[in-house]
Amino acid sequence: MEVRNEDENTNLLRSVDWFTIVLYLIMVIAGAVSIYAATYDYDRASMFDLSEYSGKQFLWAGLSFLIGFSLLLIDRRIYEAYAYPLYGFMILLLIITCFVAPDIKGSRSWLVFGSMSLQPAEFAKTATALALAKLFSTYGFTLNGWRNYAIALGIIVLPILCIILERETGTALVYTSLIFVLYREGMSGFVLFAALMAVIYFVVVLKFAALTLMGIPLGMVIAFIMVMTLVVGMLLVYCRSWILGRNVLLGYLVAGAIAGGLTLAGVHVNGYAFFLPVIILSLLYLLWGMLHDDLKKVLITICFAAASLVFMFTVSFAFNKVLEPHQQTRIKVTLGIEEDLRGAGYNVNQSKIAIGSGGITGKGFLNGTQTKLKYVPEQHTDFIFCTIGEEKGFVGSVAVLLLFLAMILRIITLAERNHSTFARVYAYCVASYLIFHLAVNIGMVIGLCPVIGIPLPFFSYGGSSLWGFTFLLFILLRIDADRGNYGSW
Amino acid sequence: MRKDYNLEKRKFVIGGFIVAIVLIYIVRLVQLQVLDNTYKANADSNAFMEKVIYPSRGLIYDRNDSLVVYNTPEYDLVMIPKDVVPFDTIDFCNTLKISRNEFDRRWEEMRKGRNYSAFTQQVFMNHLTPEDYGRLQEKLYRFPGFYIVQRILRQYNYHVAANVLGDIREVNARDIENDNYYRPGDYTGDLGIEKSYEKWLRGVKGKEILIRDATGKIKGRYNDGADDVAPVAGNNLKLSIDIGLQAYGEMLMQGKVGAIVCIEPKTGEILALVSSPTYDPALLMGKERGKNYGELVNNRLKPLYDRSIMAAYPPGSTFKPTQGLIFLQEGIITTSTAYPCRRGYVNAGLRVGCHGHPSPLSLKPALQTSCNAYFCWGFKHMMDNRKKYGSTGKAFEVWKNHMVSMGYGYKLDIDMPGESRGFIPNTAFYDKFHKKGKWTGQSIISDAIGQGEILATPLQIANLSATIANRGYYITPHVVKNIEGVGVLKKSLQRHDTDIDKNYYTHIVEGMRMAVLGGTCTGANIPGLDVCGKTGTAQNPHGRDHSIFMGFAPMNDPQIAVCVYVENAGFGATFGVPIGALMIQRYLRGNSPGLQAQGRAMASRHTIAYPKAKKTNSGNQTDKNKSKSTKPASNDGSQE
Repeated sequence: MEVRNEDENTNLLRSVDWFTIVLYLIMVIAGAVSIYAATYDYDRASMFDLSEYSGKQFLWAGLSFLIGFSLLLIDRRIYEAYAYPLYGFMILLLIITCFVAPDIKGSRSWLVFGSMSLQPAEFAKTATALALAKLFSTYGFTLNGWRNYAIALGIIVLPILCIILERETGTALVYTSLIFVLYREGMSGFVLFAALMAVIYFVVVLKFAALTLMGIPLGMVIAFIMVMTLVVGMLLVYCRSWILGRNVLLGYLVAGAIAGGLTLAGVHVNGYAFFLPVIILSLLYLLWGMLHDDLKKVLITICFAAASLVFMFTVSFAFNKVLEPHQQTRIKVTLGIEEDLRGAGYNVNQSKIAIGSGGITGKGFLNGTQTKLKYVPEQHTDFIFCTIGEEKGFVGSVAVLLLFLAMILRIITLAERNHSTFARVYAYCVASYLIFHLAVNIGMVIGLCPVIGIPLPFFSYGGSSLWGFTFLLFILLRIDADRGNYGSW
Repeated sequence: MRKDYNLEKRKFVIGGFIVAIVLIYIVRLVQLQVLDNTYKANADSNAFMEKVIYPSRGLIYDRNDSLVVYNTPEYDLVMIPKDVVPFDTIDFCNTLKISRNEFDRRWEEMRKGRNYSAFTQQVFMNHLTPEDYGRLQEKLYRFPGFYIVQRILRQYNYHVAANVLGDIREVNARDIENDNYYRPGDYTGDLGIEKSYEKWLRGVKGKEILIRDATGKIKGRYNDGADDVAPVAGNNLKLSIDIGLQAYGEMLMQGKVGAIVCIEPKTGEILALVSSPTYDPALLMGKERGKNYGELVNNRLKPLYDRSIMAAYPPGSTFKPTQGLIFLQEGIITTSTAYPCRRGYVNAGLRVGCHGHPSPLSLKPALQTSCNAYFCWGFKHMMDNRKKYGSTGKAFEVWKNHMVSMGYGYKLDIDMPGESRGFIPNTAFYDKFHKKGKWTGQSIISDAIGQGEILATPLQIANLSATIANRGYYITPHVVKNIEGVGVLKKSLQRHDTDIDKNYYTHIVEGMRMAVLGGTCTGANIPGLDVCGKTGTAQNPHGRDHSIFMGFAPMNDPQIAVCVYVENAGFGATFGVPIGALMIQRYLRGNSPGLQAQGRAMASRHTIAYPKAKKTNSGNQTDKNKSKSTKPASNDGSQE
């Protein structure tokens, strides 16, 4: 059944989500002011001088308000109708960019027009979100079966490949956040869980690689114990098989007791020789138990444990062979394994110092020293959060975090209040992008995440990034404003 | 469409995820901004001043632990423009002993600098002597905003090896952009190992955190110096250079243009790396640096151009051993194969001259007498062997790959900046030059005797000598034997085996020994040292032939491999051989009054008058040679 409300069309002002618009305006203006503070020099020009970063950012901001307003005037049917052509066009543009773009700091992602340059990758986010929304809103489409999964993943992976070719790995990684959208639309939660576990294994194995216990790296010992705990936990909670869970737990405890006893008796127990057989034996036992119980969930548990083992053993190999040296160093610095204060760790260390020096209330507008003395590189782009942390202190930093949190939660609310799949999927795409940017950018500035060069939405200097997010957000707002007209139960 | 309420619950997972992230980040901010005391908030930005403490730059020793380069202090006067208050300019100028005009000029220059910022430290004047420092120190309190920074001045115990040591200069805008380590006014290595080992030599800067009041006066140390960071001195370097041998080589080369390279074959350690003309490294230090640098740049003999590794010369007959090796490896000849020499290579209207010696000859006597015809015939037979290779192009690729394996055509990757790769043409080059398929061994016959398009650096020639001494391998040549606390660079231990069978080297060694005993380089026959050698006389478009010697000694336990290259000096035997022989004796037998006398004679009596108009920049020569037509007939006189 379709509900139509003719008045709604003429009354955009009432139906558009003003809450999000206000958040957006606050963040964009605060961003431009922060850029002024970040690049401020004692005897330099005013905030709005167009030869300064802040002046340009105000110009981009003004134009983006115009863009936002224009986007609100475009009927959502246009977006639905042209989602695929737009996506195709953006992919083509990304590919062209690989070839015509000049090499700027190692990446080929900028199209240069005279003194202006644009980064198509920022706008491809919108196109990908629209295409994904269009796909899911196709009549009868559900996230079921290999074919549908392949199409959905294809839409996500295609821009990733193009952007990797442009050597903008950071921007490419943003698209992986769309896993949240797939999850919301029916992908098994197990995939999210597996991804989370992969990250945890990765961190544990690398972080504790240097110490040894039982003759093997401590990281491996911890990972083995995690696998054992997970097997027992999954058997009890996920499979709800009390007997299998109890037996495996007992088996592990007995084996642990024997190993402990031998160690106390002075016999050296090799970690691999202990853990591997114990875990493999327990899995074989489960296989046998499954044949009797015929439980698919037990099989999943076995596969998960086996995959965990394989993953653990390949982590350090993959880390050393697949990643580039500078990427390895960035990760090691983040994990605190290496302290490279002159090289890869320099930015992060300086930015931590800058933020730390801000204290609770900050040094005050334009009074930051660390950022102004140019200790922090990229202070007006990827590291803009530093200036906020230094000048506005803990209060300001938390305020920025809460602004983002409010916007993301609001977008999730908008997504769920829309009755059309198109609007919901699109809104979740926007939320996912913002989650990724927020988590990675601020995580990197405060040293909790490896340095990945992506901007802080609405705050970082740069027209492409600001406009890209303006497109994303205002298309969402228009689609949401039309919710009464197009909702269907 | 149906709404799946089961899936709608998943919004809590996604929302929960971001709430968790934000909470974790807030906890981290609490830790950084509220709990951590290291840089406790202070609303007054004037309160802290970070004073950089410069580490001492690494010292440089030679292979026998003689101190070559050390440091003395000098001072820079720096300022933070924001903190400067109006002051008595006349008093200031008098203290610094500068005129008011110069004061204004410096002020303007500083403000126009690319990295100028009123917030950061700007260099107002550098190279202050300890006396200037003393005078200024007393009055500094009258000039708030001005500070003195201690820097280091390089000092030299031996005024030689300028090309190896290099120099340091103030960083430019690009250095600062590329490397976070540098701030305006810092110094960085410019040439030689000062540049290539900059990372180790410079050390780690320290800092002192000082507390100031609003007028900029220093009130004391913050937190009693608990957060200060002590500087870490740069790593000392131990050169593989023998500074005595280096000085001796530079003396021998006085009045001549060219280079000497000595390598210890077993280790690839360079014992001496002489480029002539050279200069006193101390010229490029301190106040006079700018003026001296300008003079060196404008000198017509280009002393800043390190001929030992940057100049690509035709190797001439020193190239012949490589040809012998390739022919043996490819089965073109055996050691008993003999070729006729009719006072030269004469074939199809082409003649490459040679001189009187018995004919026909086999490989060893051909090396002994440096017979051009022998190597031309071998080369022709290889290039024209369609049965084995299919075409001249393919044969030439095989030849080129052998040459590359012997260290020619590419940089040897010495641990110094600016190395030239020389030039070994490939098939594509000649296909373009002569048109594809339109060339044969005959067209490029001069490659066989190290002329034509072939170019090599003196380092590459010395490296060939080392390779022959080692019977088939070389270690990447290097000038730094050890970085204190770090060890030797991995690349300086890299062993490179040539793709020639080790046994064939024996014949080449014997041929080179015969050349010393009774061939072209009898001048190097030093009783008891068993020298093996090969001369070269390279035609070039710049005047008289270049005189070249390549050799090593002793024959069966080689300690030193040498290349001597003297521009426009005529036959190899006239300059190359005696200089090479003296270098070998100086190294193997040590210093002696007799050797010093012979060296002085070589320095003063045997000089070459280089005409004013002549271009000595061999870099130009490289380009010219490449574009010049390769008429084999022009090699008529390339002989010994």
